[in-house]
Amino acid sequence: MNAFVAILRRDLRLALRQGADSVMVVAFFIVTTTLFPFGVGPEANILARIASGVIWVAALLAAMLSLERVFQTDYEDGTLELLTLSPVPLELLVLGKVCAHWLTTGLPLIIAAPVMAVMLNMDQDGFGTLMIAMLIGTPALSLIGAIGAALILGARRGGVLVSLLVLPLYIPVLIFGAGAVEAALLGISAQAQLQIMGAILLLSLAAAPFATAHAIRQAVE
Amino acid sequence: MHRFAKPSVFLKLTGAMMPWMVALTVILTVVGLYLALIGSPVDYQQGNTVRIMYIHVPAAWMGLFCYVGMALCGAMSLIWKHPLADICARATAPVGATFTALTLITGSLWGEPMWGTWWVWDARLTSMLILLFLYLGYIALVNAFDDPERGSKAGSALALVGVVNVPIVKFSVDWWNTLHQPASVARMDGPSIDPSMLAPLLIMAFAFTGYYFIILVLRVRLELNQRRIRALQLSGLFDERAAANGDDDALAYDQGHNAGAGK
Repeated sequence: MNAFVAILRRDLRLALRQGADSVMVVAFFIVTTTLFPFGVGPEANILARIASGVIWVAALLAAMLSLERVFQTDYEDGTLELLTLSPVPLELLVLGKVCAHWLTTGLPLIIAAPVMAVMLNMDQDGFGTLMIAMLIGTPALSLIGAIGAALILGARRGGVLVSLLVLPLYIPVLIFGAGAVEAALLGISAQAQLQIMGAILLLSLAAAPFATAHAIRQAVE
Repeated sequence: MHRFAKPSVFLKLTGAMMPWMVALTVILTVVGLYLALIGSPVDYQQGNTVRIMYIHVPAAWMGLFCYVGMALCGAMSLIWKHPLADICARATAPVGATFTALTLITGSLWGEPMWGTWWVWDARLTSMLILLFLYLGYIALVNAFDDPERGSKAGSALALVGVVNVPIVKFSVDWWNTLHQPASVARMDGPSIDPSMLAPLLIMAFAFTGYYFIILVLRVRLELNQRRIRALQLSGLFDERAAANGDDDALAYDQGHNAGAGK
């Protein structure tokens, strides 16, 4: 547990000292969302209709773009190799890094999401569900994404590749995340969608650290 | 199982089986196509369009079958480190991707006259599209490394993670209200499709399976032979004689090369 906290603190400190990373993710999220009113047109009804989907897609892309830094720099300077050699289970260290990734990308996105929802003219009934859904969904995105980030270590054109690997696996989160907000906007209980998202989160929490650790071991071999 | 995984045994065995497999597949394809295109009745609602099904459904089955096969090979290469399992997984991916693409294309051609649209964002169609993306991701990942072995390992892990999509494709028609028709062949209470249509469907499915295995064997043999040529080139023994009957050198390399990877 000490190792988990240590790696979490280290990654958080690195992210905060470099600072720009979290800000960049949120900036990307906001800019991408802003593109839609230009593309679709500024009509309020249409924007309100597509708001939940747009926010989720932008969040997915923002979470994906920030994946590269989870393992890449540590892989390049050899830290990852030392981490695999440590007596602490690599799965636990992976979980620590994923937590740090979520705290520096998922959490800012959750805070930024309602602001974008207001700008896209989304009905206020959906705000609470949107934030709850993102609270359940974004950790799953970090966990699933970590697998992709570990698989591409040492690959050519890794950045493009990770999108092809990770985005298909993100689709369930997108479907139920947007579905939950839609249900809330229609005045129906979003419980079913949120429960399925909880199941996705638990499943990825159980499986992703092992798959990621396995991929890392191959990469540093 | 492990005995057959030795490249030399595999080459000998498949070499002997190949003519029979080809003959069987050709017969099945000819009979299946005859029954599907001429010998089977016209559907009372769909007319002749129903004949697309005899390609569409077997292709869809093969798309899933190939993915499961690829993931199993990936698992075997991760667990037992069989070099042949790696090669099988790599060789399966493009075939499976083609079957999946064929499913989507034929489904789209059928959907236009029947549903009035080329594409709907229906659970079955969408999950099949994701399957295609998973195949493409696998192919891209496997080829993204300078060291082919590393690519295979990463690909195996991805294939195993992607298996979650297979039950989603299979049960999507039961779990969601979809436009796509529910299962009519693999059902608990027996197939609900008329025998005159079931027969050509199953024959076509067997023909597709035979085709897959032929292509798989050809691709694996190609890869093994390419490795052998590379090995001979590296050891400087590459001359006419070695190319003609250099089995021993190449096999010695194969075994030596794989010794580090286990049995």
